[in-house]
Amino acid sequence: MKLTMMRTDIVEALSLQDLCRFCQADETWVVELVEHGVLDPIGSTSGNWRFVGTSIVRAKKARRLNRDLGINTAGIALVLDLLEERDAVLRRLAQHEAI
Amino acid sequence: MDFKDYYKALDVSRTASANDIKKAFRKAARKYHPDINSGADAEAKFKDVNEAYEVLKDPERRAAYDQLGKEPPQGQGRYQPPPDWDSGYEFSDAMGAQGEGGFSDFFETLFRRGAGPTAGMRAGPAADSHGRIEIAIEDSYRGAERKLSLRSPVVGPNGGVTMQDRTISVRVPKGILAGQHIRLAGQGSLGFDGGAAGDLFLEVGFTAHPVYRPDGKDLYLDLPITPWEAALGGHIVMPTPDGKVDLRIPKNARSGQKMRLKGKGLPGTPAGDIFATLKIVNPKAETEKARALFEQMAKEMPFDPRAHLEGYAK
Repeated sequence: MKLTMMRTDIVEALSLQDLCRFCQADETWVVELVEHGVLDPIGSTSGNWRFVGTSIVRAKKARRLNRDLGINTAGIALVLDLLEERDAVLRRLAQHEAI
Repeated sequence: MDFKDYYKALDVSRTASANDIKKAFRKAARKYHPDINSGADAEAKFKDVNEAYEVLKDPERRAAYDQLGKEPPQGQGRYQPPPDWDSGYEFSDAMGAQGEGGFSDFFETLFRRGAGPTAGMRAGPAADSHGRIEIAIEDSYRGAERKLSLRSPVVGPNGGVTMQDRTISVRVPKGILAGQHIRLAGQGSLGFDGGAAGDLFLEVGFTAHPVYRPDGKDLYLDLPITPWEAALGGHIVMPTPDGKVDLRIPKNARSGQKMRLKGKGLPGTPAGDIFATLKIVNPKAETEKARALFEQMAKEMPFDPRAHLEGYAK
């Protein structure tokens, strides 16, 4: 089988439009996530927002939680915060169990 | 193709009401959602639950599914639906909660068979695809190559849709972090308007490492040292994915003390750090000589690690 090496790049930053396409969501919903502090874009106006790093993963998670479980924006903000806390606790626990 | 027991997947009886099915689905979806449940088989379970609900929530599909009867007798192996099993039923579009991944062959055969080229897929422009890729932490230090098997729907000349498998080779860039995405331009699904394909995005994850715990660009580990290294201090050689480094242990180092190896974490500008938490490991006194040394310490070192307990004594 012929194998061609694909050109790859790391997704560093996404604009509002890019992010909407990336997680198949509409702009109003993403703006709502920003207003709830779920996403933290760089830039002052939505026109020049740049979503980087954790905001991209969080947006994807948020979209899945909304689509699969029907959670609204406030609920997503709470769930993601609690999940992050849980993961931090699990990491610390693993650290202590490793000894 | 294996027979799927949708009632079992949702843990409901075959006579369950629509309301009970909805309740069972919601509960299972919360429990097995891959973003909430990080267990290894949660994702597969979540897919099963969604697929089951996709069928059982729809009265027409459920009726058609019920007509198939129970699982075929053991030993028969692969499941074949009876001919014309779905005559008289009409199915609406099957998108919904599917998104990434898609449903089993069983589902595809029963509920998508014979449909037009755009059934179950959005017509029009190309769509991005999403996937996941797991690499070792070491791969991020050097960059890596991975072979990926992709399966995508292709519209044939007669308008029918077939699944086509292909293998591509992917270069994982150096310095990639868990949670970051790799973009493969033009490797997403083909558009049904004959236009260019969308992009393929791969979310990167690190496989669990026996030593290192990654956090962003930084790596954490427990670094075992001997009691005399801790007491006397000095230089030790520590192997890292970035090569051997010389680490200075301070005199009278404590267990739990954190040492920072600047720039030795995952590559980048700036590179991450390695944080080593010192763990003093006591050797077993198994030889006469070792016992003698410990006895000498016991005799000559006035050390009481339990002195602070005195204040709490009765």
